[in-house]
Amino acid sequence: MSISSSRLEILKTYKVYIGGQFPRTESGRYYIASNKKGLALANVCLCSRKDFKDSVVAARNAFAGWSSRAAFNRGQILYRIAEMLEGRKAQFVEELTKQDLTKAAAIAEVESCIDRLIYYSGWCDKFQQIFSAVNPVASSHFNFSVPEPMGVVAAVAPQNTSLLGLVSLIAPIIAGGNTIIILGSTQMPLSAITFAEVLHSSDLPGGVVNILTGKVSELLPYFAEHMDVNAVAFCEPDNAAQQLLKDKAAMNMKRVIIKDDMKWSTATAQSPYMIMDFQEIKTTWHPIENIGGAKAGY
Amino acid sequence: MAEKINKEKDCSTFGLRKINMIADKKNIAIPDFRHTAPVDQVGVEERASRFTKRSIKKETKLNGLLLALNMIDLTTLEGKDSDGKVKQLCYKAMHLHDAYPGLPTVAAICVYPSMVKVAKAALGDSGIKVAAVATAFPSGQSSRAVKLSDTRFALANGADEIDMVISRGKFLQGEYNYVFDEIAAIKDACGDTRLKVILETGELGTYDKVRKASEIAMYAGADFIKTSTGKISPAATMPVTLVMLEAIRDFYYATGKRIAMKPAGGISKSKLALYYLVMLNEVLGEAWMNNHWFRFGASSLANDILMQLEKERTGVYQSPNYFSID
Amino acid sequence: MIFWISLIITIKIERMSKAIKKNTIQLKFDSARVYEPALESKSAAKIKPVYDLFINGKFEKPLSKKYFNTINPASEEILSSVAMAGKADVNKAVLAARNAYERTWKKMPAAERAKYIYRIARMIQEKAREFAIIETLDGGKPIRESRDFDVPTAANHFFYYAGWADKLEYAFPNRKAMPLGVAGQIIPWNFPLLMAAWKIAPALATGNTVVLKPAETTPLTALKLAEIIQEADLPPGVVNIITGAGATGADMVNHPDINKIAFTGSTAVGKIIQRAIAGTNKKATLELGGKAANIIFDDAPLDQAVEGVINGIFFNQGHVCCAGSRLYVQESVYEQVIQKLKDRMETLIVGNPMDKNTDVGAINSREQLATIQRYIKLGNQEGAEMYQSACALPKKGFFCKPTIFTNVAQSNRIAQEEIFGPVLAIQSFRTDDEVIEKANNTAFGLSAGIWTDKGSKIFNLTSKMRAGVVWANTYNKFDPTSPFGGYKESGYGREGGLHGLFPYVKLV
Repeated sequence: MSISSSRLEILKTYKVYIGGQFPRTESGRYYIASNKKGLALANVCLCSRKDFKDSVVAARNAFAGWSSRAAFNRGQILYRIAEMLEGRKAQFVEELTKQDLTKAAAIAEVESCIDRLIYYSGWCDKFQQIFSAVNPVASSHFNFSVPEPMGVVAAVAPQNTSLLGLVSLIAPIIAGGNTIIILGSTQMPLSAITFAEVLHSSDLPGGVVNILTGKVSELLPYFAEHMDVNAVAFCEPDNAAQQLLKDKAAMNMKRVIIKDDMKWSTATAQSPYMIMDFQEIKTTWHPIENIGGAKAGY
Repeated sequence: MAEKINKEKDCSTFGLRKINMIADKKNIAIPDFRHTAPVDQVGVEERASRFTKRSIKKETKLNGLLLALNMIDLTTLEGKDSDGKVKQLCYKAMHLHDAYPGLPTVAAICVYPSMVKVAKAALGDSGIKVAAVATAFPSGQSSRAVKLSDTRFALANGADEIDMVISRGKFLQGEYNYVFDEIAAIKDACGDTRLKVILETGELGTYDKVRKASEIAMYAGADFIKTSTGKISPAATMPVTLVMLEAIRDFYYATGKRIAMKPAGGISKSKLALYYLVMLNEVLGEAWMNNHWFRFGASSLANDILMQLEKERTGVYQSPNYFSID
Repeated sequence: MIFWISLIITIKIERMSKAIKKNTIQLKFDSARVYEPALESKSAAKIKPVYDLFINGKFEKPLSKKYFNTINPASEEILSSVAMAGKADVNKAVLAARNAYERTWKKMPAAERAKYIYRIARMIQEKAREFAIIETLDGGKPIRESRDFDVPTAANHFFYYAGWADKLEYAFPNRKAMPLGVAGQIIPWNFPLLMAAWKIAPALATGNTVVLKPAETTPLTALKLAEIIQEADLPPGVVNIITGAGATGADMVNHPDINKIAFTGSTAVGKIIQRAIAGTNKKATLELGGKAANIIFDDAPLDQAVEGVINGIFFNQGHVCCAGSRLYVQESVYEQVIQKLKDRMETLIVGNPMDKNTDVGAINSREQLATIQRYIKLGNQEGAEMYQSACALPKKGFFCKPTIFTNVAQSNRIAQEEIFGPVLAIQSFRTDDEVIEKANNTAFGLSAGIWTDKGSKIFNLTSKMRAGVVWANTYNKFDPTSPFGGYKESGYGREGGLHGLFPYVKLV
C-alpha cells in the first residue's frame, strides 16, 4: 500500500516457473486474467507446447536427485514450503480477494493450503511404512515390496480454485518423490505463479515443480502424448477431455489419474492414498540360506 | 635398492606364480586376482567422511601445510604445453613464494615425456624430481611396443620417475594377467627409476575394482599406486584413496614391502589436503608421512596452501592476487 | 605439540626398510593420536547455576527443598545444582499432567498438536550448538558426537513423530487409537537428549501427557528442553520435567495416577519396575541392557567390518545398550582381524570431550568407571588376554582406555555380563551354526551385527538372531523411522517408526 497517494505502484509481471527459473513463455503470447466483473487483473503467459516440452526436460533432470533424497529431507522441504507460505499469508489473501473470494474465504483457503503442506510433509517418511510389505513367500526367499515414484507427472490443477487445488496436487505428488509440471487455473491463474515464488525460497531444487499458465484445451493433448511423461493427472468432470487423455496416454502407457470428484476444501481431499496414486510397487526377491537352528523367520 | 622380477613365461593361465625378490631373497606368492577382498561402499564412505571431522589447528595445521606443500607433484599436462610454459612452472616449483622465508619446495614436476629435457635443465640441482607420464598417457590405448618406447624416451631424457597408466579396457574385460604383465614390463624398463601406476579409478566403477587393480599393480612391481590421470572426473576422492591405502597396508603385512601412494586430481584446497594427511596418518602411520611415500598430484593446491600459510602468519584472510600463477 | 615429525623443511629421502618377518611388521600410530587441541568454545552454552523442577509450564522450587549437584565427568567440576524431586513434587507433576490431559491436550485437534511438536523440533535445530555443548559437558561424550549425532537425531525424532499426530487412523487398521493418559518416563545417562526425544515425541504425538525424569548424572539437556517447551508455548502441564534420583523414579512408578511407564536403563531396575506395577493397570515398555554379538565371517569386507566393530564398542565410551560387546571372528580371518582391530585402536583419541578431535570421551561417572575397572580386572583373572591402546589418559576426570580381550571363553563372566564400557570380548568360531548358537546363547537380546559379503547368508543370520535389532554390514545405525527394542531380558516394546506408536495407544 502506498503511503502517499501520489506514489505509483510497481505492477507485477506474471511469468512462469520452469527449472527453478522464471522465464516468460517462449511463444511470447499472453492472455488477460480478469475477475468476474471483467476487470483486468494481469497479463498472464499463454504457454505453448514448447514451454511444456522444456518443463518436461527440467522435471526429468530433477527426478533422479529428488527421488534419491532421504524421505526425511523431502519432509523437511515441504515443511519449509509451509513456513514460507505462512509468512506470505497476507499477500496470498490479497491476491485471492482480487480474484473474487471474500476475505474470510481467502484466509480459509490459504490456511488450508499451509496445513495441507504440513500434512503431506509428515507423510513423506511414513507412507512407506503403511504401504510396503515383507511378503511371506513359501520359498526360502526374502521378499519385499516397496512403493517407488512414477517419475515425471504432468498435471492440470483443479480449475475452480486459484491456489488450493494446485497445492493439493503438488504436495502429495512431490512428497512421493515424483517431479511435476502443473498447469494452473486458466480463469484464476495468479496464485499459481505467486506460489512458485514460495517454492523458490524453500530449498526445493529447481525442476521438481514447474508451473505453467494457459489454456487447458490447448495444452492437454501435449500433456497426454509426450513420451517422456510417466503419469498425467486431471481433475475436471469433462468426459470428452478424459477420453482424449486416456486415448493419447496409451502411446507410452502413461498412468492416467482422474480426480474429478474431490471436495478440495475438506479433509477428505488429503490422504496418503493421493500419494500412492502416483507410486509404482517394486518387489524384490533374495534367497535366504537355511543353516543352523530354527528360523525366527520373515 | 633394486628388485628384479623373474617371472615364469606362462602368461596365459591364472594360478599362483612366484616372484623372486633378489634384495631380500623372499618369495612372494601372487594371489589369484579373480578373487580380491570385498569392499563395502557405504562403510568406506562413512570412514572417509569421519576423517573430515578432524579439526586441525595451530602448530598441527602449520606443519601439515608445509608437509603437504613438500608432497606436491606440480603438474602440467596439456596439449599446448611448450618449453616456455614448463620453464615457468619449474621456476615456480623452486620459488613458490619468496616473500615467505623458509618454505620447502615441491617434491616433483610432472610433465609429458617431450618436456622432460626442458624441465631437467630448468630444475638444475634443486633436488626437485622430474616425473614423466608415459605409456600412451592418458588413455593407455596402444601397443606394448609403443608404451615401452614412450617410457624409454622419457628415461633417456632424464626422468626421475615414470607415471604409467594401466589398460583399463583389458582390466574390465577380466584380462588381469595382461594388466599385470604390462606393469611388470614397464617396471623392467624402468629399472631403479620409481614407477607410479595410475589406476584411473574414475573408470573402474566400484571400490572392489579399485582394490583389485591396486593389488595387481603392487604385485606386478609398482613403487607407487596412483588414483588418476586428472583428465576425467571423478579423479581422486577420499574414499577411493582410503581403499588404496588399505590395500597398501594389507600388502605390507603380507609381504613386508612398502608401496607409496599418490592421489591426483580434484585436490585444490588445503583443507582437503590436510584431511588426506589425517587419513594417511591414521591408516598407514608415521613411516609414510613424507614425500618418498606420499604425493599429491595437483596444480592449484600449491597456491591455496601458500594463502593458508600467509593467513596463519599474518592472521588475515588472503587474496589470490598476491600469489603468482604460472 | 607437533603432530607430524618435522622433516618438512629439507627434502629427505628415507631409506626403504628391508622386508622383515611378518610377525614383526608394525605400523606406528603414536602421532595419529596427538593433535593440537581444537576446543569447542563453551560460550554458546548458557547453564544456570540452579535449576528447579519444570512443572505446569513453569520452573518451580522443589517442595522437598533439596538440590543436588551435577558435574562434568571430564574435569569433576560442578556445572549446576538441580532440584531433587520428592514424593510431593512427583504428585504435583502427575497432577499437572493429568489436568493438562483432561482439560487441554485430549481435546486439541491432532493437527494442532502436531504443530507444537514441530515447533520443538525446529527449536532444537536452532539451538543445536548449545545443546551439543551442554550434552558434552554434562555427560562426557565427545562434542563431535553430540554435535553430529545426538542433537540432530533428537530433533529429527520430534519432527518424525509430529507427522504421525493426525495420521493415527492409518497406523492401526480397523482400530481407533486412543491415548493412554499420563506417561511416566525415566531415562538413562548415555544419550540424555536423544532418550528424552525418544520418550516425549511419540507420547505427545499420540495425545498423552508426560512426566519425565532424566538421569541423575545428566539432567541438563532435559532442562534445556524444558526451556524450549516453554518457548514453544506448549500448554502448561503437557510435559513436566522433574529431576531426581532413584527414589524419584520409584515414586513415579508407584504413583497410582500414571497410566504408562516407559523406562530405559539396566535390566536389574527393569525387573524391579515390572514387579512394582504387577497387579496394576499400568502399561509398560522397558528398554534394558544388552550383550550384543558382532559376527565377522571370512568373506566380510574386513576393513569396514573392523570399523563397525570399533564403532560398536568404543564410541560413546561403550555406554550403549546395544553395544557390540562380544565379537565372534571366523577363524580363517582371525589373525588379520585382530591386527586390524589393534591398529585401529591405536588411532583412537581418548581425551577432553570438548576437543573436536576426541573419539572416546569421559566415562559418565566415578561409579561407572569403577564398575568397568572391576570387569577389566575380572577379565584378566578369568584368563583372557588383554590389549589396550597405548594412548595417554587425562590426569583428571573419569577415563578408560579402549580395551579388548582375546582368548575369551563363552563361559567367562566378561562374555556374559553387561559391562557398559569400552571393553570387547573376542572369540573365534568355525561354522555358521556354531556362531548362531553362541550369539543367541545369552539372556539378553537387544541387538546383533553380521558381517559378510554374501546376501543369502545375511538373510539367514539376520532371521536367526534372537535380537530386536540386527545390523548387517553396519552397526549402531539409528533413525526415527526404524523401530528399536529388545527380545528376552533386553526388555519389550519398540521405540521409533510405526511400531513405536503402539506402546502409547489404546486400540478400540
